[in-house]
Amino acid sequence: MAKGENKKKETIVDWIEYRLPIFSFLRHLGEYRTPKNLNYMWNFGSIAGIALVIQIVTGIVLAMHYSPNDATAFSSVEYIMRNVNYGWLLRYIHAVGASMFFVAVYIHIARGMYYGSYKSPRELVWFFGLFIFILMMATAFMGYVLPWGQMSFWGATVITNLFSAIPLVGESVVRWLWGGFSVGDATLNRFFALHYLLPFVIVGVVIIHIMALHVHGSNNPKGVEVQSKNDTVPFHPYYTVKDFVGFGVYFLVFAYFVFYQPNYLGHPDNYIESNPMVTPEHIVPEWYFLPFYAILRAIPSKLGGVVMMFSGILVLFALPWLDHSKVKSASYRPLFRVMFWVFIFDVIALGYLGGQPPEGIYVFLGRLATAYYFTHFMFILPFVSRYEKPLPLPKSISSKE
Amino acid sequence: MSLKKAIAFIVFTAFISSASASNVEKPKETEWPFDGIFGYFDKQAIQRGFKVFKEVCSACHSIKYLEYGNLTKVGFSEAEVKTIAAEYNVQDGPNDQGDMFERPARLTDYFHTPFANEQAARAANNGAHPPDLSLIVKAREDGANYIHSLLTGYQDPPEGVEVPDGMHYNPYFPNHNIAMTPPLTAGAVEYTDGTEDSIDQMSKDVVMFLQWVAEPKMEERKILGIKVMLYLFIFTIVFYLAKKKIWSDVK
Repeated sequence: MAKGENKKKETIVDWIEYRLPIFSFLRHLGEYRTPKNLNYMWNFGSIAGIALVIQIVTGIVLAMHYSPNDATAFSSVEYIMRNVNYGWLLRYIHAVGASMFFVAVYIHIARGMYYGSYKSPRELVWFFGLFIFILMMATAFMGYVLPWGQMSFWGATVITNLFSAIPLVGESVVRWLWGGFSVGDATLNRFFALHYLLPFVIVGVVIIHIMALHVHGSNNPKGVEVQSKNDTVPFHPYYTVKDFVGFGVYFLVFAYFVFYQPNYLGHPDNYIESNPMVTPEHIVPEWYFLPFYAILRAIPSKLGGVVMMFSGILVLFALPWLDHSKVKSASYRPLFRVMFWVFIFDVIALGYLGGQPPEGIYVFLGRLATAYYFTHFMFILPFVSRYEKPLPLPKSISSKE
Repeated sequence: MSLKKAIAFIVFTAFISSASASNVEKPKETEWPFDGIFGYFDKQAIQRGFKVFKEVCSACHSIKYLEYGNLTKVGFSEAEVKTIAAEYNVQDGPNDQGDMFERPARLTDYFHTPFANEQAARAANNGAHPPDLSLIVKAREDGANYIHSLLTGYQDPPEGVEVPDGMHYNPYFPNHNIAMTPPLTAGAVEYTDGTEDSIDQMSKDVVMFLQWVAEPKMEERKILGIKVMLYLFIFTIVFYLAKKKIWSDVK
């Protein structure tokens, strides 16, 4: 402080700010202008953020007690459930939390699709969101393997086997992924390492997602851009307090599942220790993968199925160009709005069909729903955006119409 | 997307054993004390269930995640549990001479397993492997009802149904043929608290015991859940009111 005294009064805050502008950054967060008409659908971004934090915190503590070894993994999870103080709570929060994270992210994505949040100038926000989604799926898949129950083992076997569909090198790739000639100890170890790593990669991509978002700010239910300060409110306190209302409701649903239905979203077979000699009758992935699983099974060729399943995710990257209507919000797009809800219905149908045995009518319905999924993106959206007559847009966010 | 191949066999399903779902009977619904938000452990029933497990089930089934000491949580006194544990021998060691030795089990030992390994279990059971029951209630769909239905569901096979040698007909079991002989007979276990020792009662008691073994922290979880939900409910209302107030000046 000696040097500072010759000048006026230099506070510690000034001293730090001069060297590392952390406080002006915090001020940016506080003063960040946000459209004032965001509805509760806009809560799910911050909810997804808190879901990620919950997964990381509970996951780190679980990792302190978990043993990633094929002989001890299953019993170490039971040890957590029985002998670690509040271990049952940590594990159920982590397991239910994965599902809750996907709920939040699926609603967040659907909201973006309904209000055209992926459109110019937010295409990169959309892209980085999709990167997060893909990373999440990889992380969740590997996490589900760690308890080393029957579904863990056989789910890992089925999904890693998908890579054997790659022409020529498929078999070698699968053996490389396994670290052996079947899913085993080496597989479990690397999945654990990656399951611990990827959430931090997600954090990095989330930061990029938010940086890109803050360049042009949030989209809003009217889909017209901010024109004056009158259209906005500072993020704090307006949206911090609103986010907390959302957190409250989200946590209530979360807590209900953790305390009263902790195993509802899991599969009973995963309480049977993995056994390479016994194949479960139906191998089903976690619910949040079911729509993509249905696409995979709809194609009567292994390679084709794998390609279509990945296409089902990758097609989302083309969304800003497939839907080239200048009008963002579905509120002013009567036809698009109908097609949006049909699409949501189709995805839910795919999810249902993905959980059914691949026989009889389910096979046909699965193919129909798969065909519609791609038709929506490749044909319906381009045509709707060309021929639809949108309703007149409001002049601004603040205008009353 | 060639949908013309609709009749073609889905190669991928080769991974999935799609054996057509057999017509398994849906488990009977029973009202359990551990059901619901206020679900609790009926310790008296769990103690009876332990007696059934110890005298009947444990001849073939293990519960390897249970320590003897855990039994003090369901109302047995420490002295009682010590006596129970001392009925079994466990291998310990090596001692100072480097030898393994047998000693009576203590509170911290895991519950006695009837067979040394899976092979021994199969050899003694006509090729079948009696599963470990520590998690059985969680490892089956609608576990408690399923087990109660299974234990009380043995019956003569319907007209024209052949039951393979050494198997028993039970409509609640996935393919109706179960290797386990009907384990419970009326009066098989002598209850000391005057409860009727019917098959139905013994089955319910052992299910309550197994539910506790599968999820010993269930009661604690449900009690904590009520507190957490109440807290979150108030939290949400407070923030909702704050939100109303803060947003009141936004037009």
